[in-house]
Amino acid sequence: MEDLNLEGTAKTPTVDFKSNGELLIKGRSIPENSIEFYKPIIDWITDYGNSPQSDTSVNIQLEYFNTSSSKCILDVFKKLESLPDTSVKIKWYYEEDDEDMLEAGEDYEAIIDLPFEMVEVEEL
Amino acid sequence: MDTFDLYRTMEKDNVLIAFKGSITSELLTSVLQIMETKMEDLDDAPKTRKKVFNVLVECLQNLYHHIEEFEVVGDAEEVTEKKSAIFSISRTEECYYIVTGNFVSKKNVDSLKNKIDYINKLDRAELKQYYKSILNNGEMSEKGGGGLGFIDIAKKSGEKLKYSIKELDTTYSFFTLTVKITQKK
Repeated sequence: MEDLNLEGTAKTPTVDFKSNGELLIKGRSIPENSIEFYKPIIDWITDYGNSPQSDTSVNIQLEYFNTSSSKCILDVFKKLESLPDTSVKIKWYYEEDDEDMLEAGEDYEAIIDLPFEMVEVEEL
Repeated sequence: MDTFDLYRTMEKDNVLIAFKGSITSELLTSVLQIMETKMEDLDDAPKTRKKVFNVLVECLQNLYHHIEEFEVVGDAEEVTEKKSAIFSISRTEECYYIVTGNFVSKKNVDSLKNKIDYINKLDRAELKQYYKSILNNGEMSEKGGGGLGFIDIAKKSGEKLKYSIKELDTTYSFFTLTVKITQKK
């Protein structure tokens, strides 16, 4: 299957989903209409689920996201959670002293039954 | 009020940006960009800049979604007027204030009040729990709003949501929200 590449904008993140099982969302996710933006991302994961790698590593490196994106990000995780035949690991990055971003990651970790690793970095 | 009076009022209130008119996606992109640059120039702590930016996104997008969904009955002029809004961002040494104002239907005032009053009763841990339960309940409007805006604003600002509602006539009221964000050192 083909990789999914979306270039980041002022309001949407860079998306780099590789069929080799490396998935990256990076930047800011603050569009007014997030459902429209996240639809191809969720569709890609559905397709990927038909023949996934044995390991899927998901890197979320978000600087900002709005509440409208927060539900869509949850849907991304739920879709990943539902994939059979692959072991999904999520790395949630946050900038040092950005407690809100760390807290957001912990909220997802509490809802989603996948292993999360919280990774503190100096700058995203 | 003449323009100089307006200028002096804004100066006295430490206004960085003020706007009145229709709220478009492009406007929000520009305002957010201007505010990011301003906060950098003002040398605010990164933590403050992040908080203000986050809360500002939610406040302005709340306005945007409200106006998009707001049903106004009347001629074109009436629709344009009622779908206009106002917002301002002010900054003192201690804190930022984000103020938004918009028309609301009088019939929706009670549910709006109830929603905010409920949020204002919650402490930090309860807010966090409430946010998580709304996030996970699966409901979402077509455009992706999910009723999380006010909760997120309260949670991130760490302050109670201050609001006022002014009754205008039998159909409309004017809703004003003031959010305070204390500057982090």
